[in-house]
Amino acid sequence: MGRVTKLFRAAPAYPLLLPGMLWLAVFFFVPMYYLLDMSTRTGNLIQGFAQTYHFANYTDAITSNQAQLTRSLLYAGSATLLAFLIAYPLAYVIAFRGGRFKNLLLMLVIAPFFTNYLIRTLAWETILADHGIVTHTLKSLHVLSVTDALGFTSGQRLLATPLAVVAGITYNYLPFMTLPLYVSLEKIDKRLLEAALDLYANRARAFLRITMPLSLPGIFAGTLLTFIPAIGDYINAYLLGSTQTTMIGNVIQNKFLTFNDYPSAAALSFTLMAGILVFIIIYARILGTEELA
Amino acid sequence: MTTEAEFPATALQPAADTTAARPPSRFWAKVRYHVLTVYAALAFLYLLIPIAVVIAFSFNSPPGRFNFTWHKFSTDAWQHPFSTPGIQDAVILSLKVAVLSTVISTVLGTLIALALTRYRFWGRSLTNFVIFLPMATPEIVMGSSLLTLFITISFNRGFTTILIAHVMFNISYVVVTVKARMAGFDRRLEEAAMDLYANAFTTFRKITLPLIMPGVMAAALLAFALSIDDFVITQFNAGPDITFPLFIYGAARTGVPVQVNVIGSMIFLTAVLLMVINLIVQNRRSKRDAAISRGAVRAAQAAEAA
Repeated sequence: MGRVTKLFRAAPAYPLLLPGMLWLAVFFFVPMYYLLDMSTRTGNLIQGFAQTYHFANYTDAITSNQAQLTRSLLYAGSATLLAFLIAYPLAYVIAFRGGRFKNLLLMLVIAPFFTNYLIRTLAWETILADHGIVTHTLKSLHVLSVTDALGFTSGQRLLATPLAVVAGITYNYLPFMTLPLYVSLEKIDKRLLEAALDLYANRARAFLRITMPLSLPGIFAGTLLTFIPAIGDYINAYLLGSTQTTMIGNVIQNKFLTFNDYPSAAALSFTLMAGILVFIIIYARILGTEELA
Repeated sequence: MTTEAEFPATALQPAADTTAARPPSRFWAKVRYHVLTVYAALAFLYLLIPIAVVIAFSFNSPPGRFNFTWHKFSTDAWQHPFSTPGIQDAVILSLKVAVLSTVISTVLGTLIALALTRYRFWGRSLTNFVIFLPMATPEIVMGSSLLTLFITISFNRGFTTILIAHVMFNISYVVVTVKARMAGFDRRLEEAAMDLYANAFTTFRKITLPLIMPGVMAAALLAFALSIDDFVITQFNAGPDITFPLFIYGAARTGVPVQVNVIGSMIFLTAVLLMVINLIVQNRRSKRDAAISRGAVRAAQAAEAA
């Protein structure tokens, strides 16, 4: 087929693409430019913000919110790790033992999405409440004394502690971790495992040499789909945490919507975006996979 | 086939014929098996308990403003789900935005999905990347950048800006969903229709659309769910308007009315119902479609042979 014919056959694709891509261009990419532009401006709401290429906005915003930035990394990292530890065996059981109930079990996994994000986070507020069963049980088992000592909780309570925030984030993004893991585990040819066992590999070795490597795309996608929204999250910290557990999302939200400190908020927002992009690139190199989402 | 069916049974129990020699391994295999199942069951509990709490507390009659401790059973809130001031407007706004953004994003996203699956064109991988990017961006970045745009060009925030935002974040999900369902699409059916003198539009309406419909419906459901649930991007771009999630956020510090749990439960039950219907319809459709395309392909082959 000649170049011209090829182009002619492909031509109908462009009108199909145009409206949707235009929408994304104007309302996703152009705003990114405006965010970048705002991040180096100075001024205030009344006199307006003028472009002064004040790059110190970045260093100021980062140094004065170092605690929140580290906390976001720590909380999102812990939540991602916890979600992985819960989701991997769960996805494994559904994929390998689900049988004809696979679809039903998957529906149960995404069931939390059927109710509102804020409502299910508020449900955790009920579950972890100071006079609730969970707090009471953990207190009488002296678990809270241990977690208090470790700094995960404080004052013999669960609410308004780092533990509550991390538990909430883990819960809210668990389906994002489970689904990609399931997809990659489900794809694995079971005969490979049988072959390994026939060749006298023990179960652990078969898992480490076959199941685990073949589920790497799922691990990659699942951890990213959990970590990325988790690091920008501010609802869990707002509803389940205290002023001692604020994350970078809370700072951005407050600066934008309460203090109208747009340049500083934009600088933080852009830092977050850039940090995530760098992280994805490094992470993709380490896990050696190009398969995204 | 029989060998394949018997194969796993023997392969998975390598210790079976050496039981006498190695009894512990069989014991530990059993323990391991059940530990994993129990672990998965606990994970399901973790996923489902909060939902049970939401539904249970919709029948609570709290003594104060906070619905956090169980007081006594009541169906009051279910009988008057919209009695709390502001909640009805919030739900109506959420529904309006969800319906409109679903329609717009489903059309725009389906067109992109059609282009991506049916044509090899210059810029195809770039398009895929552009579609992927919004899904890899934290909501707070998308919300705040869109807000910055509206602030900079002094565009008043409200219904329009919420709608713009929702369509924006929905498009990618629609594209991905429709694309996934179009993977097994048989182009020969369209060619057959064209051979039978159907024009491009008729072919699309009679062949393409019915075949991709399950994918489009699934995408629309997903878009609707994402829209009605969205909080972060909406909060940044709502201005003075209040959607249902924004209403809950506002009420969180001053006391969430039981009605919120009632509406939350309603949304949950509706979603479950839709999901079940979707599963059943798709099962039937895929069986029927398989039969139709088998028939059509056979007819085409027969025609070719003749």
